[in-house]
Amino acid sequence: VNVYFNWSLQPPPARYGGRHTVTLIPGDGIGPELAKHVCELFRFCCVPVDFEVVDVDSSMASEDDIDDAIMAIRRNGVALKGNIETNHNLPPSYKSRNNLLRTTLDLYANVMHCQSLPGVRTRHRKIDIMIVRENTEGEYSSLEHENVPGVVECLKIITKTKSLRIADYAFQTARAKGRRLVTAVHKANIMKLGDGLFLECCKEVASGYPEISFESMIVDNTTMQLVSRPQQFDVMVMPNLYGNVVSNVCAGLVGGPGLVPGANYGENYAVFETGTRNTGKSIANSNTANPTAMLLASCLLLDHLKLHDYASMIRRAVLSTLTETKLHTADLGGQGSTSEVLQRVMNAVQSTGPRTLSM
Amino acid sequence: MAGTAWRSAVSQVVGALKKESLQPRTFTRGIHTVTLIPGDGIGPEISTAVMKIFEVAKAPIQWEERNVTAIQGPGGKWMIPPDAKESMDRNKIGLKGPLKTPIAAGHPSMNLLLRKTFDLYANVRPCASIEGYQTPYTDVNLVTIRENTEGEYSGIEHVIVDGVVQSIKLITEQASQRIAEYAFEYAKNNQRASVTAVHKANIMRMSDGLFLRTCREAAEKHKDVKFNEMYLDTVCLNMVQDPSQFDVLVMPNLYGDILSDLCAGLIGGLGVTPSGNIGANGVAIFESVHGTAPDIAGKDMANPTALLLSAVMMLRHMGLHGHAQKIETACFDVIRDKKALTKDLGGNSKCSEFTDAICQRVRELV
Repeated sequence: VNVYFNWSLQPPPARYGGRHTVTLIPGDGIGPELAKHVCELFRFCCVPVDFEVVDVDSSMASEDDIDDAIMAIRRNGVALKGNIETNHNLPPSYKSRNNLLRTTLDLYANVMHCQSLPGVRTRHRKIDIMIVRENTEGEYSSLEHENVPGVVECLKIITKTKSLRIADYAFQTARAKGRRLVTAVHKANIMKLGDGLFLECCKEVASGYPEISFESMIVDNTTMQLVSRPQQFDVMVMPNLYGNVVSNVCAGLVGGPGLVPGANYGENYAVFETGTRNTGKSIANSNTANPTAMLLASCLLLDHLKLHDYASMIRRAVLSTLTETKLHTADLGGQGSTSEVLQRVMNAVQSTGPRTLSM
Repeated sequence: MAGTAWRSAVSQVVGALKKESLQPRTFTRGIHTVTLIPGDGIGPEISTAVMKIFEVAKAPIQWEERNVTAIQGPGGKWMIPPDAKESMDRNKIGLKGPLKTPIAAGHPSMNLLLRKTFDLYANVRPCASIEGYQTPYTDVNLVTIRENTEGEYSGIEHVIVDGVVQSIKLITEQASQRIAEYAFEYAKNNQRASVTAVHKANIMRMSDGLFLRTCREAAEKHKDVKFNEMYLDTVCLNMVQDPSQFDVLVMPNLYGDILSDLCAGLIGGLGVTPSGNIGANGVAIFESVHGTAPDIAGKDMANPTALLLSAVMMLRHMGLHGHAQKIETACFDVIRDKKALTKDLGGNSKCSEFTDAICQRVRELV
């Protein structure tokens, strides 16, 4: 049995009377308001989680803030985060804070489960795709240089260890969730050595899981297939940049950035966020953001902490709220506000009977 | 920094001196000779179909057929046959069907060879929803302009140590300037309102940052066209939800590859998508981007729409808008009528029947 990584990622032990401490990084844009809503909802539902809030100021040139956040995550083992803005007009010495967090903590697997949700009208129905994206290397290695003025080289790094690791993660996930097919997405016809290595690693791992079918598809064909027949895909595994493209396409197919949660898993840490990692600057503080993605991410967090009852309760309430079309927020074509959605979620939780705080 | 400003000023002057004419050549009189490369598989039959339709439409085009199987020149370097190269250099405009690349041929892909020979730096794919061919997306009307010579497809890869591979993505100021200039010229010549640069400069700060800077500089020189920039993931997200918000998109090689195929998927696939490659020295080769379909070759089942729409794009590039409009309208009318569609469009007519239907419609429109 090939074991490329420690699959059974144990959640950190609960402390101080059965309550977990989770790092919360509000981020920028709609991050802070959504983080506040999660705190409110957890307190209302009496979830045994305490949040340690760490603010990261993206306008500061020093990396002290993000270093503090990373230390807090090391301490607590698990985090919920909003997206931290990266001003791409700053010089290259200013690295993306989100990327720094992922690579320092070695959160090598980004998992996004895109499924058609009831109550959301989309062009395609019955989509159920699990995207496993390598999260630490590939095109996001941040290795660039300008040897000659006007000529810039950017290095894309693919390593055997990380490719084997992510492929094994994908197959383990497929096996654990009873999925039938894993598709590797690549561009090995052009990047023969880089993506060729990735593909070889996937094939090697696939041979150890005979009950799961394995296929590979070139990335441009993949996007074409996704917009015409997305139902053919089951689990998809791919390097970093293609993961970015494919996860955004899939999120768009099931209804947009406000609906899909994302999870970043490493060997020792787990960080949960919205799937498409948007700051939502243009709608910040207008009470129009869709809280579904962040709330479902918090459910993933609760599942990770093995607080399954709370997770199911909140998830059920959020999904039932989604079926109420008149509460849909602007991204779903409605005029509902974030607070109305949250109120409805709390009502749904209370009506299912568990102990809640008085409203 | 003073050094950067000086360098950029020098490169602007040099660029202006070296600037090739990017205006479409207006062919107002006489017959124009165009190099035709039928290609492999279904290539010859769809080329015949296109030639027939052009004849009926009385388009002032004379075709010069050439073959482009790779041959080994002196020194062992692979190249296209000299008569094909000479014809293309003389005529400047070409129409190409699908080419196959045999797996163990020992030579690079034919498309790559053509691209290097004629320095085809811009790949242009206009994607517009076809009224008669239903897809879940009905309001697509955009153009993807993709840098075609460098970027992630430079082919520079190394094995650093066993198990660690690096691929180099190359972005140069010169190539970025060229493609940005072309994008704005295209927008102006085709009455397009805005150009969007697609990038990932938040992660690839220097490389995409350079691309973005050159796009901004080109935007300054073309104030009549609106310019904005968008992250690649945001474009993908919005493209599958509401493609009508996009107009002209300009981007480096890899993003262009993925996005142009994504947009082709939105309108119905590679069988109905036209494409053009613009090169240095006024060379332009228009092509169908689907495969050679060896399983239906020679059986009169192929769909010539992609090649036909590419030929229409060619006519527009040459300034022959009247003929282009006629042929395009005829093609869309026949598809909308649904009476003579080929198998891939949902009907069961032959290629020749589909072609005849278009010819008939062209005659009615004259």
